[in-house]
Amino acid sequence: MSATNKPSLPRISIRGLSKSFNGNIVLEDVDLDIMPGDSTTVIGMSGTGKSVLIKCVLGLLRPDAGEILVDGENWLALPEQEHLQRMRRIGMLFQGAALFDSLKVWENVAFALLRQNVPKKQAHERAHEVLEWVGLHDVGDLMPSELSGGMAKRVGLARTICHKPDIVFFDEPTTGLDPIMSDVINRLIVRLHKGSGTTMLSITHDLRSAEMISDHIALLCHGRIHRIIRANELTSDQDPMLRQFVEGRASGPINCSPWGKKIEEVIDR
Amino acid sequence: MKWIASIGAGVESIFSHTGSYTLMLLQLLRKLGSRPWYARQLIAQAEQVGVQSLPVVLLTALFTGMVLALQSYIVFHRFAAESLTGLVVSMSLVRELGPVLVGLMVAGRVGASFAAELGTMRVTEQIDALWTLSTDPFRYLVTPRVLAVTLMLPLLTIIADYIGIYGGYAISVYVLDQNPVVYVENTTVYMELEDFYSGLIKAAFFGMLIGVIGCTEGFNCKGGAAGVGTATTHAVVISCMSILVSDYFLTAWLFG
Ligand SMILES: Nc1ncnc2c1ncn2[C@@H]1O[C@H](COP(=O)(O)OP(=O)(O)O)[C@@H](O)[C@H]1O
Ligand SMILES: [Mg+2]
Repeated sequence: MSATNKPSLPRISIRGLSKSFNGNIVLEDVDLDIMPGDSTTVIGMSGTGKSVLIKCVLGLLRPDAGEILVDGENWLALPEQEHLQRMRRIGMLFQGAALFDSLKVWENVAFALLRQNVPKKQAHERAHEVLEWVGLHDVGDLMPSELSGGMAKRVGLARTICHKPDIVFFDEPTTGLDPIMSDVINRLIVRLHKGSGTTMLSITHDLRSAEMISDHIALLCHGRIHRIIRANELTSDQDPMLRQFVEGRASGPINCSPWGKKIEEVIDR
Repeated sequence: MKWIASIGAGVESIFSHTGSYTLMLLQLLRKLGSRPWYARQLIAQAEQVGVQSLPVVLLTALFTGMVLALQSYIVFHRFAAESLTGLVVSMSLVRELGPVLVGLMVAGRVGASFAAELGTMRVTEQIDALWTLSTDPFRYLVTPRVLAVTLMLPLLTIIADYIGIYGGYAISVYVLDQNPVVYVENTTVYMELEDFYSGLIKAAFFGMLIGVIGCTEGFNCKGGAAGVGTATTHAVVISCMSILVSDYFLTAWLFG
């Protein structure tokens, strides 16, 4: 896929994306381009709408306005069945891994292949290959409820990449894991990125992880992408909002009011 | 005036719930028209419905048949018409109690488990995960469940009818000392095939209600573990009520 003028076309292009829930504006006119083979991480406070952003891109939520262009094609305008076909190119790791608890680990990993009528034996082999890749042996016949958090996350990662997607999404890949397991996950993501040139869009508030796994970092704040930098500029960039976020200060240009309003709602109740 | 407000809220929620069930049913009918159908899921769900419901259904039907025999015997004894006991037991079961009782039992077992299962899948993002794995969650989860319970309910009702009639027979013959030949003859001579069919049509309709209500509640579930609890309660209460209400209208319609 390296035609001469291809690199000028973003793999994913988010245009004017807006989304509100019951009048509560979460995303307002978000624009973001991700070039082929690029890994971009969106950082931002909890509740700023990072998950909503990724869900709009995947078609899990209908945005109020905006376009999601993948290789120039607006996926939101596709009929449902065709949109589903396109999802074969996509891998998504959910925050809680979202493994299907009624299926065995290997059936989870090979889910997309089994649905696409790949012979069972072949799917089974591929599942074990990917499980090995994330460093798990002999877990194929366990049920997801028998796994620890870190193992579940790695099985989730295996399921995400089993069908060889060329665009992968990560929702808080390291949140809720211990520092060592976080490092394991980060390294696996880096290995995936370096090894296969997969295009990635991640969201996290874990700065260490963002620095490790991405080429570009975008700060989402007050419903918009406020600033995009190269990952190695995270500590040196002088933008006041970015500085506040990186240094973790409650006071500063980032308005905590959505968070404050929530607290009031809780107290009023 | 709190109670007026509560009635108002109740009416409003009936309308919004009914609306979401209708949308679900329309979507189901639309999606049934094209592939993929996930036949394997349908078979697995049908099996599950059978396994979950059969014990309660058998027990309920047996004792209902037995108690019907006792009660109608007591009444008929007053004007020396004991021989009609069998007919009353079978007619009540086949036309009315069979489908309704099976419906209520299955609503408690299967409707609840649909709502809880799909609700959990919703709040843990498993339903979203299906979509990202290029699988339509509606076709994969909802369609097979609704079809399974719609197909299984008539089947369970046939079984319940037989067991209930047998329970009535056993009480009449072995406890109340009635003539078994007369009992069976009265039952079979006056019962018509139509009595049987009307019960089965009801059963299928109740099955569809249970499936659509349970799946809608689960599929649209919000708000974590508590949301799953609410969805499950709603599924059971609303399907039981709609079974009883629609039973009247179905009877009136099938009668006329
Ligand atoms: N399905 C939904 N219905 C209503 N509000 C939602 C929904 N999903 C998210 N929100 C709201 O959108 C905001 C952003 O949520 P989210 O994207 O999950 O934040 P985060 O950046 O931590 O991932 C929150 O205030 C949340 O309450
Ligand atoms: Mg989130």
